[in-house]
Amino acid sequence: MPPPADIAANGAALAEPPQRLPAGAHTGDRLWNALLGVFGGAVLLVVGVIVLELVKVSRPVMAVGATRFLLERDWNPVVDSFGALPFIYGTLVTSTLAIVVALPVSVGLALFLSEMGPPRLRPVVSFAIEILAAIPSVVYGLWGLFVLVPWLRSTVEPFLQSTLGFLPLFQGPTIGLGFLAAGLILAVMILPTVSSVTNEVLKTVPASLREGALALGATRWEAIRIAVLPYARPGILGAAILGLGRALGETMAVTMVIGNSPEIHASLFAAGYSLPAVIANEFAETVTDVHTGALAGLALVLFGISLVLNSLARILVQLVSRGPMRGAAQ
Amino acid sequence: MKSLAVRRAVNVIVTILCGAMVLVAIVPLGSLLWLVVSKGAPGLTPSFFTALPAPVGEPGGGIGNAILGTGMLVGLACLIGLPLGIGAGVFLAERGDGPFGRAVRFTAEIFSGIPSIVIGIAAYGVVVIPMRRFSALAGGLALALLMVPSLARTTEELVRLVPGTLREASLALGIPQWKTSLRIVLRTAAGGILTAALLAIARAAGETAPLLFTSLNNQYWNFRPDLPTASLTVQIFNYAISPYQDWHDKAWSAALVLLLLVGALNLAARYALRRSAAGGQT
Amino acid sequence: MKKILIAFAALAFAGATARAADTLLVTGAGATFPFPLYSKWFSDYNKKHPDLQFNYQSIGSGGGIKQITGKTVDFGASDAPMTDEQMAKASGIIHIPTVLGAVVVTYNAPMQSLKLTPETLSGIFLGKITKWNDPALAKDNAGVKLPDTAITVAHRSDGSGTTNIFTDYLSKVSPEWKEKVGKGTAVKWPVGLGGKGNEGVTGLVKSTPGAIGYVELAYAKQNKLPTSTLKNQEGVFVQPSLEATSEAAAGVEMPADFRVSITNASGKTAYPIAGFTYLLVYKDQGDKAKGEALVNFLWWAIHEGQTSAAPLDYAPLPKPVAAMVEKTLQSMTVQGKPAQLAATR
Repeated sequence: MPPPADIAANGAALAEPPQRLPAGAHTGDRLWNALLGVFGGAVLLVVGVIVLELVKVSRPVMAVGATRFLLERDWNPVVDSFGALPFIYGTLVTSTLAIVVALPVSVGLALFLSEMGPPRLRPVVSFAIEILAAIPSVVYGLWGLFVLVPWLRSTVEPFLQSTLGFLPLFQGPTIGLGFLAAGLILAVMILPTVSSVTNEVLKTVPASLREGALALGATRWEAIRIAVLPYARPGILGAAILGLGRALGETMAVTMVIGNSPEIHASLFAAGYSLPAVIANEFAETVTDVHTGALAGLALVLFGISLVLNSLARILVQLVSRGPMRGAAQ
Repeated sequence: MKSLAVRRAVNVIVTILCGAMVLVAIVPLGSLLWLVVSKGAPGLTPSFFTALPAPVGEPGGGIGNAILGTGMLVGLACLIGLPLGIGAGVFLAERGDGPFGRAVRFTAEIFSGIPSIVIGIAAYGVVVIPMRRFSALAGGLALALLMVPSLARTTEELVRLVPGTLREASLALGIPQWKTSLRIVLRTAAGGILTAALLAIARAAGETAPLLFTSLNNQYWNFRPDLPTASLTVQIFNYAISPYQDWHDKAWSAALVLLLLVGALNLAARYALRRSAAGGQT
Repeated sequence: MKKILIAFAALAFAGATARAADTLLVTGAGATFPFPLYSKWFSDYNKKHPDLQFNYQSIGSGGGIKQITGKTVDFGASDAPMTDEQMAKASGIIHIPTVLGAVVVTYNAPMQSLKLTPETLSGIFLGKITKWNDPALAKDNAGVKLPDTAITVAHRSDGSGTTNIFTDYLSKVSPEWKEKVGKGTAVKWPVGLGGKGNEGVTGLVKSTPGAIGYVELAYAKQNKLPTSTLKNQEGVFVQPSLEATSEAAAGVEMPADFRVSITNASGKTAYPIAGFTYLLVYKDQGDKAKGEALVNFLWWAIHEGQTSAAPLDYAPLPKPVAAMVEKTLQSMTVQGKPAQLAATR
C-alpha cells in the first residue's frame, strides 16, 4: 500500500542530501588523521631504528657465529673474544631465584588481598604494595648494598652453609655480594608486579565457581583450592612470567650487589654478572668494534628473551580472562 | 573426607600463611623506608638542597644541581614523551583496526619489552654521537621513550572506554570528527590520562641506567639542554658505590629526596584519579 | 599540567640563552686514578676563573679514550697510554702527562702490614693462593699473624688505566700471568669481584672482610686502608710513597709522545707499580673558546697545579718531563693558529 501523501512529501524532503558540513571540517579531519598517523608512524620508526641499529652494530660479532657467541664462556677484551654465556647464566639464575621467592609470596599476598585477609587490612596492604612498586631501582640498590648484603654476609649465608652446605648451591666464601643478593633484591622488586597481576587474575575467575564451592560447604581455602586456583593457574603462571620479564631488565640494583664478575659458578654465594649490568658498566668505554658489537649482541639477547617472555605472559593472562569455563572439580 | 575441625584448622593455617607472606613483603619495605628516613633526614639541611657537590675528600656540599637536573630531564621527557605516548594511544584507539594500526600495535608491544638500558644505548647512538656531546636532551629523550609504551597502552584503553553514544551524539550535532575526538572524547578521558602521565613521569624520574651514557653528570649548575647534567639518580649511584662515608650519608639523603619526589607524583596521580572518577561521565 | 610543563621548558630555554653568555663549560671524562687530584684542580681553577667550569666525570680510562675519540667530550683522561690502533682512530690526539701515581695493593684483614712478592701477588690474582695463611704468604711475612680466611680478590669492572698499569707490571714479573691473562685496560680476570672505578674497588675492599684489591694510593690513604709493601726489581721491599713513585720515573727515558711504562723500575727505592697519568687532547683545538681555556688550564696544571699533588700523594712531574710538556703545550694550536698562553695564567 503506498504511503499517505503527506508522508510521501516529507519522505521526498528527507531524501534530499544531508546538510553540508561547515567548510574546513574535512580538512580538519584530514589533518587530525594525518597527525594521528604521524604518532603511529613515530612508534614504528623508533622501534625500527632501535632494532636495526642493534642488529647493525652487533654484526662483527654475529658474523663470526651467533651460536658460538651465545655459548662461549670467555669474555676477554684483551684478545677481542666475547662470549655471552656468563651473562645469560647470571641473568637467568638471578631472575629464576627472584621468581621462585616472589611467586609464593605474591600468591599469598594476592589471596590475602582478594579472599583471605581481614577486609579492614586490605587497603593498607594494597597501599604498601603500591609504595613498593614506586621505589626507584637505584634506591633498592642502595638498600641492598648497605643492608641486605651485610646481613647475608654475616647471618644468612653462614647459616645456609652450615645447614645445607653439602649442596653446591651453598658452597664457597660467604661475601654477601653475588647471585643470592641479586636474586633476593629482584624478588622484592617484582613482588608488586606479580602480586597485582595475580590479584587481577583471581578477580576474573567467575564468582559462581567460588560461590558454588562455598555453597557445597567448602571452607574459604578449600573453595580457593578447588575452584579458583585451577581456573586461575595459567594466569598465575602468566603473572610469574611477567615478573620474570621485569626481573631480566633490571640494571642498577643488580649491578650494585651482584659482584660484576663474568663467571659461571654453581654456588649462589658466588659473584656473577647479568646482561644489563655488563652493558651498563662497559658501554661507555668500548674502543674496538668487536667489543661494541658484543655488547650490542648482548642487548639483542636481552631484548629477545624479554620479548618472548612478555608475549607468553600476555597470552597466558588472556587465556584466563577470556577462556571458556572449565569444570570446577579437576 | 577429613573432619570439619581439621578442615577449619587448615583454613586458619592458610590464612596465617598468607599473613606471613604479607609480612615477608612488608618487612623489606619497612626496613628500606625506615633507613632512608633515619639515615637521610639528618642530612637535609638547606645547603644540601642548594649547594653544589664538594670536591673529593672535602666535607659539605649538596645536590642542588642534581635536583635541578632531574627536573630538567623530566621536563624534557614530558615534552617529547607525553605527546608521543598519548598521541599513539589515541591513534590506536581511533585508527587501530586497519593494517597500519595493527602493525603499530604489534610494534608497541615490542616497544614495551625493550629494557631501559637498551633505550639508553639507542639515545646514545641517535643523539650523543651526532651532537658530539653528552646532553640533557639525550637523557630526556631516553626517559621519554621509556614513558611511551605504557602511556600509549593506557590512553588507548581509556579512549576506548569513552561511551560510543557520546561520540555519536557529538557527531549527530554536526561537530566534525576531529573536534569530537579532541574536545569531547579526550576531555572525557583526560582524568585517566593525567593519572597515567603522572605515573609515567614518576617512573621516569627514578630511572638511572639510561642516563649513564646520555646525560652523564655535571658538577655545576646547568640550564642548557645541550650540555651534560647532574641527576638525583646518577648522583645516588655514584655516591653509593664510592668508599667515602660522607658520600654514603649523602646517598641516603638524596634517596630520601628522590622518594619524596616520586611519592608526591604518585599521590598526585591518585588525586587525579579520584577527581576524574568523581566528576566523571554517567 | 601540560601548560605548566611547557612554561617550565620555555623558561629553561630562556635561562639557558641568558646563562650561555656568562660561563663556559668544558667537559672531560676518563681516569678515576687521578680523580681526587683533578677534582681539587678543577675546583681551585674555577675559583680563580669563575667564568670557566671544567666538568670532569671519572668513568675510567677506557671511557676517557673512547669518548675523546668520538669527540663527545672536550678532553679525555687516561693512565693507559693509547695504543697505536686507538691513536689511529683519533688522529691528532696527544698525551699530556700531568702527575705520577702509585698503584697500591690494599686489603681488608687484621694484619697491620703485609709483604708481597711478584710470585705471591700474581698467585693471589691468578686465583692460586686462596687463603690468607697460605704458606707462600707466611714465608714472606714471618712474625705476622695471618688469618685462616679466604682471600676475596677485587678488580675493576670497567676499562681502567689503573688496571693497565697493574697488569703491565704483572705481565713483566710473571710469565704465567702474561700468558694466561696479559695486560690491558680490561682483562679477563681469573677470579674476583668487579668494582666500578677506583672508587668502586676501594668500596669493595673496605666493606668485604678478607678482600684484596689494587687502587691508586690516594684512595687507600683517604679511606684509611692499609697498603702492602712490595718487593721491587732490586729485591727491596718498598712501601708506596711519593718518593718511591718519583724514583720509579727517575731512570726512565721519556719518549717524545710521552707514552711510557714505568712499572718494575730499577732503583733501590723505586716503587714497582707506578705510572704517569695523562690528559688526552687534540693538538689542534677546534673550538676557539674551549681550546684557549683548555691550553691555559694545562699550562696552569703543570706549573701551579703541581703544588697540590704532593699533599694528595701524587708525585709531581720530574723537571725534564715538565720542560718537554711545556714545549708540547706551546706547539698546540687553536683553529690552526698558535694557542694564546697568557703569561699570568
